[in-house]
Amino acid sequence: MNDNEAPIIMFDKVSKWYGQFHVLRDIELRVAKGERIVICGPSGSGKSTLIRCVNRLEEHQSGHLTVDGIELTDDVKAIDAVRRNVGMVFQQFNLFPHLTVLENLTLAPMWVGKMPKKEAEDKAMTQLKRVRIAEQAQKYPLQLSGGQQQRVAIARALCLTPKIMLFDEPTSALDPEMINEVLEVMVDLAKQGITMLCVTHEMGFARQAADRVIFMDQGQIVEQNTPTEFFHHPKTDRAKDFLSKILSH
Amino acid sequence: MSAVVFAPIESRPPPVATRGALAWIRRNFFDGWLNSLATVVTVLMLLWLVPPLFGWSIVHAVFAPDNAACRAAHEHGACWGVVAEKGRLILFGRYPFEEQWRPLLACAVLIALLVASCLRPFWKPWLAPLWLAVLAVCYVLMRGGMLGLTPVETSRWGGFPLTLALSVVSLAVAFPLAILVALGRTSKLPAIRAVCVLYVELIRGVPLISVLFMASFMFPLFMPQGTTIDVLLRVLVGMTLFAAAYLAEVVRGGLQALPKGQVEAAQALGLTYWQTTRKIVLPQALRLVVPAIVNSFISTFKDTSLVTIVSLYDLTGALQLALGDADWRKFFLEGQLFVAAIYFVFCIALSRYSRWVEAYLNTGMRRQ
Repeated sequence: MNDNEAPIIMFDKVSKWYGQFHVLRDIELRVAKGERIVICGPSGSGKSTLIRCVNRLEEHQSGHLTVDGIELTDDVKAIDAVRRNVGMVFQQFNLFPHLTVLENLTLAPMWVGKMPKKEAEDKAMTQLKRVRIAEQAQKYPLQLSGGQQQRVAIARALCLTPKIMLFDEPTSALDPEMINEVLEVMVDLAKQGITMLCVTHEMGFARQAADRVIFMDQGQIVEQNTPTEFFHHPKTDRAKDFLSKILSH
Repeated sequence: MSAVVFAPIESRPPPVATRGALAWIRRNFFDGWLNSLATVVTVLMLLWLVPPLFGWSIVHAVFAPDNAACRAAHEHGACWGVVAEKGRLILFGRYPFEEQWRPLLACAVLIALLVASCLRPFWKPWLAPLWLAVLAVCYVLMRGGMLGLTPVETSRWGGFPLTLALSVVSLAVAFPLAILVALGRTSKLPAIRAVCVLYVELIRGVPLISVLFMASFMFPLFMPQGTTIDVLLRVLVGMTLFAAAYLAEVVRGGLQALPKGQVEAAQALGLTYWQTTRKIVLPQALRLVVPAIVNSFISTFKDTSLVTIVSLYDLTGALQLALGDADWRKFFLEGQLFVAAIYFVFCIALSRYSRWVEAYLNTGMRRQ
C-alpha cells in the first residue's frame, strides 16, 4: 500500500440504519488505489451494505464517504460521476433478460458514455474475450449457465473501464461446478491492478488474490489483516469462531 | 479391482405416438367415460342448436330490405333486410347522408394506419408524427368547414366512426398517461405519489357513466360564461381519464413484478432514472402485463357505447336511432347481431394480435 497517495475510497465514521436497525456502525476504512480487499463475516453483518454504499445503491446517514475524490451526498451529479468509475457484480447476476449479451454490454457505454454503437460493440467484444465467452454474444442471458451469466455480468461492469470493481457475493448463487470459472476471471482481474472490493466466503480466492481481508460483525469492522495472518492467526475470538465454522469441513 | 467405467447412454428421439385419425379421435374425444360423455352431450347439443340456427339465419332469412317479406318471415326467419335498409344509419349515425363518404374514408385511413402500426416494420420514429398527421386529416375530413367541405358539427358524428375515434384517441392518450401515473405511484417523492394515488382512486371509485355525465354537463358549469367546449372533446377527456386510471393500475402491477436487482444493475451502470425506465423497466414491466393491457383496451373499446347517455350516437346509439322507425323496430335482434358482429371482429383481432405481441416480447425470456 502506497502511503503517499490519497486513498481511492475513504469511509470516515460512516453509519447507516434500516429503520431502527443500526446496520453500519462508525465504519472507518481506507482503500488504496489498486488494493484488493476481501470482506467476510456472518450473514447480516453489513458486508453487502458496506460495498453498496460505495456506489450509492445504499445511502449512508452519517459520516463521510469519499470515492475517487468525490464525496457521496444527495448530489445526483456526484453520484453519476462515482457510478461511472465503479463497476458492480451482483450475487444474482442481474443481467437484463430482454437484451442479448452484447446489448447488455453496450447499453451503458452507449447511453452513459455516449459512445458510438460500433465502438461500444468492439469494446464489448474485447471484454467478452477477456472473460472467455465471446462466442455467446448474440444469445440471451437466460440461455446461458449461471457461471457464464456471471462472467457476462463481470464483462458488463468492465465496459465503462471502471477504476473500482465491487463484487457482492459473486459466486454464492452458482452451482459448485461453475464457481471456479468465475473465480479464475476474478483472479485475472486482480492481477491487472484494478481496485477490488469483494464480499465473498471463497477463502481460496482471498488467499490467492487479496491484499487484505476485512472481517465484519454486527455492522462493525472487527479485524483486518493480510490473508495469511488473518487465516492463520486471527486476533479476535469472534473471527476465530467464524473461521472455525467456515473452515471446519 | 478395476475402475467402474461410465458409459453414457446416447440420446434418442421420444417414442412415436400412435398415429391415424381413429387413434387421434379416441385419444381426444373418447379417452375415458367422462370424456366420452362430454363428447356425446356436446354433439347432441350441436345437433339440437345448429340446424334451427342455420335455418333461421340463412335458409328462411330475408336479405332484401323488403318490409312486407320480413314481416311474413318473422318468427321463423331472420330479417337481414333491416341491415340492408338501415345499414348506413347504423354505421354513420346522424352524419349527413350525402357526406357519408367522408367518415367512410376517415375510417378506412384510420384502420389502415392501425393495422400498419401493428406490424414490426412500421415501428419507426416517424410513426408517432404520422399518427398525429392522420388524426388531424381525419378530423378535418369529418368536421369540414375548410377545403370546400361542408361543416358538420361533432354532435352529428355518429355510428362506427364515432366508436372508432373515441376508442383510438382515448386509448392513444390514456396509455402514455397511465405509464406516467404508474411511475408516479412508485415515485420516491410523496407529493407526486399522493397526486397519482388520488387520481386513480377517485376515478376508479366512480362509474364511467358518472364520469361521462360530469364531463358532459357539470364541466361547463365551471367554465366562464360564453365559453363552450365541444361535447365530443369533453367526453373524450372523460373517457381518457377513466381508461388511464385502470391502465395505470395494470402498468403498476408490471412495475412491481420486476425484480429490484434490475433497477440496481442499471443504476450501478450509471444510467439515469429515465434511461433506466425506458431501457430496462418499461420493456420488461409492460411485457408482463400485455394480456391485462389488452383486456383494458377491449373493455374501453366496448365502453364507448356508453356515450349514448350524453346524446352521442356511437354504433349502438345509432342502432337505437335506426330502430326508432316503427316499421323496422320488430327486427331489433338482427340489428343487434349486426352491431355485435362488428364489435366482435375488432375485439377478436385485438386479442389475436396480443398473442403475437406476447410471443414477440418473450424473446429471450425462455431458456430455449
